[in-house]
Amino acid sequence: MKDPMIELAGVNKWFGRFHVLVDIDLLVGRGERIVVCGPSGSGKSTLIRLVNRLEEHQEGRILVDGVLLTDDLRAIERIRREVGMVFQSFNLFPHLTALENVALAPTFVLGLPRAEALERAAQQLARVRIADQAHKHPGQLSGGQQQRVAIARALCMQPKIMLFDEPTSALDPEMVKEVLDVMLELAAQGMTMVVVTHEMGFARQVADRVIFMDEGRIVEENPPAEFFAHPRNERTRDFLAKVLPR
Amino acid sequence: MRLTFLSLRTRSGRERLYQLALLGLILLASAFLWHNTRENLAARQIHSGFGFLKQPAGFDIGEGLVPYEPQDSYLWAFAAGIANTVRVALAGIVAATLLGLLVGIGRLSHNLLVRALATAYVEVLRNVPLILQLFAWYMATTELLPEPAHPLELWPHAYLSKGGLQLPVPVFARGFALALYLLPLGLVAACLLVRRARRRREATGRAQRVLLPALLLAVAPSALGWLLGGAPHALDLPEVTAFNVTGGLGITPEFLALFIGLSTFTGAYIAEIVRSGLLAIPHGQTEAALALGLSRAEVLRLVVLPQALRVIVPPLTSQYLNLTKNSSLAVAIGYPDLVAIANTAINQNGQALECILLIMAVYLTVNLLTAAAMGAYNRRVALVER
Amino acid sequence: MGAPGGERSSRGERPPPARAALLSGLRRHLFASPSSALATLLVGGGLLALLPRAVHWLFTGAVYRADYDACRALAYSAACWGFVAEKHRLILFGRYPYAEQWRPLVATLLVLLTLFVSAHPRAWRRGLLLLWALVLIAFLLFMGGGAAGLSRVEPAEWGGFPLTVILTVVGVAASIPLGIVLALGRRSRLPLARGACTLYIELVRGVPLITVLFVASFVFPLLMPGGLKLDVLTRITLGITLFQAAYMAEVIRGGLQALPRGQFEAAAALGLSSWQTQAKVILPQALVLVIPSLVNSLLSTFMDTSLVTVVSLYDLTGSLRLALGDPRWRNFFLEGYLFVGALYFVCCLAMSRYSQWLERRLGRWIRRPEARPA
Repeated sequence: MKDPMIELAGVNKWFGRFHVLVDIDLLVGRGERIVVCGPSGSGKSTLIRLVNRLEEHQEGRILVDGVLLTDDLRAIERIRREVGMVFQSFNLFPHLTALENVALAPTFVLGLPRAEALERAAQQLARVRIADQAHKHPGQLSGGQQQRVAIARALCMQPKIMLFDEPTSALDPEMVKEVLDVMLELAAQGMTMVVVTHEMGFARQVADRVIFMDEGRIVEENPPAEFFAHPRNERTRDFLAKVLPR
Repeated sequence: MRLTFLSLRTRSGRERLYQLALLGLILLASAFLWHNTRENLAARQIHSGFGFLKQPAGFDIGEGLVPYEPQDSYLWAFAAGIANTVRVALAGIVAATLLGLLVGIGRLSHNLLVRALATAYVEVLRNVPLILQLFAWYMATTELLPEPAHPLELWPHAYLSKGGLQLPVPVFARGFALALYLLPLGLVAACLLVRRARRRREATGRAQRVLLPALLLAVAPSALGWLLGGAPHALDLPEVTAFNVTGGLGITPEFLALFIGLSTFTGAYIAEIVRSGLLAIPHGQTEAALALGLSRAEVLRLVVLPQALRVIVPPLTSQYLNLTKNSSLAVAIGYPDLVAIANTAINQNGQALECILLIMAVYLTVNLLTAAAMGAYNRRVALVER
Repeated sequence: MGAPGGERSSRGERPPPARAALLSGLRRHLFASPSSALATLLVGGGLLALLPRAVHWLFTGAVYRADYDACRALAYSAACWGFVAEKHRLILFGRYPYAEQWRPLVATLLVLLTLFVSAHPRAWRRGLLLLWALVLIAFLLFMGGGAAGLSRVEPAEWGGFPLTVILTVVGVAASIPLGIVLALGRRSRLPLARGACTLYIELVRGVPLITVLFVASFVFPLLMPGGLKLDVLTRITLGITLFQAAYMAEVIRGGLQALPRGQFEAAAALGLSSWQTQAKVILPQALVLVIPSLVNSLLSTFMDTSLVTVVSLYDLTGSLRLALGDPRWRNFFLEGYLFVGALYFVCCLAMSRYSQWLERRLGRWIRRPEARPA
């Protein structure tokens, strides 16, 4: 693959003595949609948190859009501007309205004048179809609405890559669809996405590749058709048997 | 070679730079203050150093457990002060705990009058400054009580007057000394007995009544020692003379005022701690325990009290520390505690820095020891959670 | 929201008539068990015996005029409030020059008024800080004088209630920024900052306030560069500030710790720097969380100011002792202590009730921020 957006080569990570990521090699191309799945504790969240340096790797090489990820603060700054992240627990700022949540980073990180930041924020909220809730605080919004605001907040920075860390796991079932719909639209618009999720329907529909992780290693990596129909590894088969509906 | 160690571009480099800058700032400020202090001390012709501790103090101390004469050294004077602080703090802690337990339980009483009384006590005492209460108690003990020549007789040979409280006390003789030395032996024996009974119950399921035998065992060696010492029972009785009361154990009005003030004030805070500790245990715990067939006493001992203690003990110790720190207000009413004696010393020889450092060192040591003990206790009783 | 209102017995019966309810209420609250009945008899009996005498002593039999002979004639059978009538200006204003005492009165009323205004969360805007700055300057102007046609009154002569108020307000206000710095420093990743802040906090919290006041009184003059003299009021205020800052730091640290880690992570993921994160995301939330505790700090500082008597500043407590120095009125110390005690009690009770009200109000807002005024 030439011109990969994300490149991990020989990446290892330890939490103290615990070897949480083992010899990870991964390439994500521009506009690719990758879904990462696996049992809890397999290291999938840690993996994507490496990409925007919320976690640090001890061994190996990580390149994001050609920038080498090290302790260098300027490199980290550049990378964080190009990578957007959506968290399982939304992490919206409760003391700000939805609009202010979305406009905060453009104002202080991109240095936009406040009026322009607010305008951009309003556009992003409209994009996720939540413009009418702009002046509400997170506490007044449902889980699905909050997560959509969180997506808008990440998108407002105009990132090249979007990372999703189990975006629907904390939502009540009836709200999962609205968030997945937004993610589907995003994928249709050509965004490079890495999504950690249990939503296999989403994977089947949208993913270019599905990655299965177990005990810190990438066990299997395949386009969804292959992945779901003919899983090669026994552990993959076990996992799919537990996760997929009968 | 790039200097990445102190680079502004890495987070650790930036942190090292900040630390270096902070270190520089602290050193500069310290040097500046040190320089000023030396100049000022020289200008006022005040000596430095702790050498003064060996010199005779030259002032009198009104009361204390430690035998002290004005020609004793400053160090000995400070020791007397510490003894006085410990004395009033320990007495205050015991009294405040008892009072606090009583009032705290009273605040949860079903009886409206008892509850109202307890609430009034807590609200009034917690919302008036301690020093004001101490002044009031001190004026009460020095103005409202009768003259020493005509004291109040609380019970035979116990007299209360403006000169303080005078109580009958046994004359110290060999029998009492022996009793005192043998007391630890009795306590250890009692503990061993209790442990053995518990082990036996766990092994065989048979419970033994162990409270009475343990108590008896605790005092038996002391009683034996007393007997061996000749069973002394001479009492030093206070006697009323023409001008005052002589003899017996004297408790000064300063100590009385400080003791009563500290106990009542801290007791109000302890009452609140006890109340919230008891309220923190959901009633379901008692219900479940009763449903299992445990008796009320067992429910209290095995289920409610261990949980309540976990909640009560940490804030309780911090109230004990507060009481100890508050005892420093003794300087305002003339009780010669550590701070009062240090104050006198400073006024005499001007070595404020050294004296204040000494005071702080003592209080910080008490604090540290208590914090360590508290930490150990917390770790031992911590609820194991996932 | 909430259970259906009103109590109804299960089968639609009418509730018992009022008199029966009163009797059963009495029985439940006072005579529920033998021990309860005994307690009621003892306490109730005691109250019935003491209450009339207390009322007579405090109110009905008391002398209210500043009449020394009438008070002496009482021979302690009732209160001599004439002492308060005679000495109240000394107690309330200390040794401030008699003719100029309208100035501390105005100054204190100004501060109290501003406190009332600040009490309601609706008033919490940027403008409030400006208002406080102006009020404090006005206070210093009225008290100290030396300008605008007001005669100069040295801080050493300020006393009584105004002194208590200014020590409390300035002490708490100045200790908040220092407390924020210490709290952030204690949570810092830099070992030196963390160590220095922890050392300071634990040291100051482990020693009695009196030692800090001694330091302010005896040691600060030694630390000043030659020639610079700080007056006693400034030194003591500084001492109170440094003392309170350590406690404030722990309160603020509690608020910082209560915030979920996700807030830091989200801000970092968006690219905000640590300073920006602290200023825009973390501190606004933490400070609102700990406002009730801050009010409690105000309360404890208010009570702590009474200690400045020991270092020769005549606050409310100190000026009472000045008033009691008069040999004629010395014997009526009980009335004096009751008066000043009641004053403290009313202020402290008001503050603690306010803090509870605020906690309930803010608790609602943290769950529903839309109810907060913009």
